[in-house]
Amino acid sequence: MKILKPPVKREDVEALEAGDKVLITGTIYTGRDAAHKRLVDLLDSNKPLPFDVDGSIIFYVGPTPSPPGRPIGAAGPTTSYRMDAYAPRLIEKGLRGMIGKGPRAAEVKDAMKKYGCVYLGATGGAGALMAQAVKKAEVIAFDDLGPEAVRKLEVENFPVIVINDTKGNDLYIENVKKYKRE
Amino acid sequence: MRSIPYNTIKEKVKAAIMEAAFIAGEDLMAGFKRGLEQEESPLGKETLNQLIENAEIARKERIPLCQDTGLAVFFVEMGDEVKVEGGLLPDALNEATREAYGEAYLRKSACNPFTRKNTGDNTPVIIHYDIVKGDKLHITFCAKGGGSENMSRVTMLRPSDGKKGIEDFVVQRVWEAQANPCPPVIVGVGIGGTFERAALIAKKALLEPIGKKNPDPELAEMEERMLKRINNLGIGPGGLGGRITALDVHVKMEPCHIASLPLAVNINCHSSRHAEIDF
Repeated sequence: MKILKPPVKREDVEALEAGDKVLITGTIYTGRDAAHKRLVDLLDSNKPLPFDVDGSIIFYVGPTPSPPGRPIGAAGPTTSYRMDAYAPRLIEKGLRGMIGKGPRAAEVKDAMKKYGCVYLGATGGAGALMAQAVKKAEVIAFDDLGPEAVRKLEVENFPVIVINDTKGNDLYIENVKKYKRE
Repeated sequence: MRSIPYNTIKEKVKAAIMEAAFIAGEDLMAGFKRGLEQEESPLGKETLNQLIENAEIARKERIPLCQDTGLAVFFVEMGDEVKVEGGLLPDALNEATREAYGEAYLRKSACNPFTRKNTGDNTPVIIHYDIVKGDKLHITFCAKGGGSENMSRVTMLRPSDGKKGIEDFVVQRVWEAQANPCPPVIVGVGIGGTFERAALIAKKALLEPIGKKNPDPELAEMEERMLKRINNLGIGPGGLGGRITALDVHVKMEPCHIASLPLAVNINCHSSRHAEIDF
């Protein structure tokens, strides 16, 4: 089991390999479809982003609203390919990790290799279980987007697995090959 | 003519929506446990165990099983001797959804297709009606997640493509979907009708209990063949490699045009949430 504590350095993610199980402790940010569009729009117009992307980890999630007494509702990953159009721009700016589910486009994997970023898989559809690792949540931008707003999360031992490392390995492709029967 | 008060419908539907978000069906839990016995991959087993644990936490702590609490889809079977008193049935279903998603802290996932602005209350809901004989009203609620819906497809095959063409398309669709729809998935297949009818019966097929055999032996055979082929793809739970890519395949078939062979594949994630409400 490896540990990541953001802010993450390039060498920290370069030490990870596809298939490594990782526990994340510290601050991560949420962002999905609409938030990604706005982040890239801000970059296009040379405006500051709502958080420092350099060294950060983004979790592709739109949680359910927090019930009274809880930091967050259910919080599992959403499908990542929808963020493929935007991800390389953030990776260029020093994004070190993306948490989601499902395969990524070649352009994203290329950017990950070039700039040093890993793609981390979380279990899709285990939103109640994953919420247990979230200790605090606070909306920091795009409040009008509701579930799609950017949230700052404090997580403890948040469990993920490295799908794509910085060397071009892909856990999905390698493991599916192992179990495929013709 | 039997009358059912608008409020009775609204309140019962509202309660059912909330329960569906927190409580995994017995057929689903049994499917996970059967899958666990058959799964060979260590990561696949670990994922299935997480899903069982997730369902236990959701039930105990009343946290939704999945953060995508879905668009609300209803199938209504309305007897010809029953009427709703004090309001319109679609209004009752929309109001029940608005209140349930608000009061139970479920995620509102409905938005404008262009601006992407959230409607704020998970309405409008989607309703399909059937008129049947009798004085009963039967409503089925389904919370349909976006990730698996995105992996669904409708196609118009040539009649010459036959059963093999149908099965190949379904298996290929699951292959292309990979980890995206949250495997282990449930596959609903609609064959026949028209373009839109095929999609509708594919979605109805998803309501069949996991593990239930098709009463039509020919369709049961197809389901079995497709399930075997899908589980030979190697995608596995969470797409991390393994045997259990689908928990079940359900087929529904209706007559179609002499020129056509409509086919729809509606994929559901393992978080298959639905409820039956009888009046």
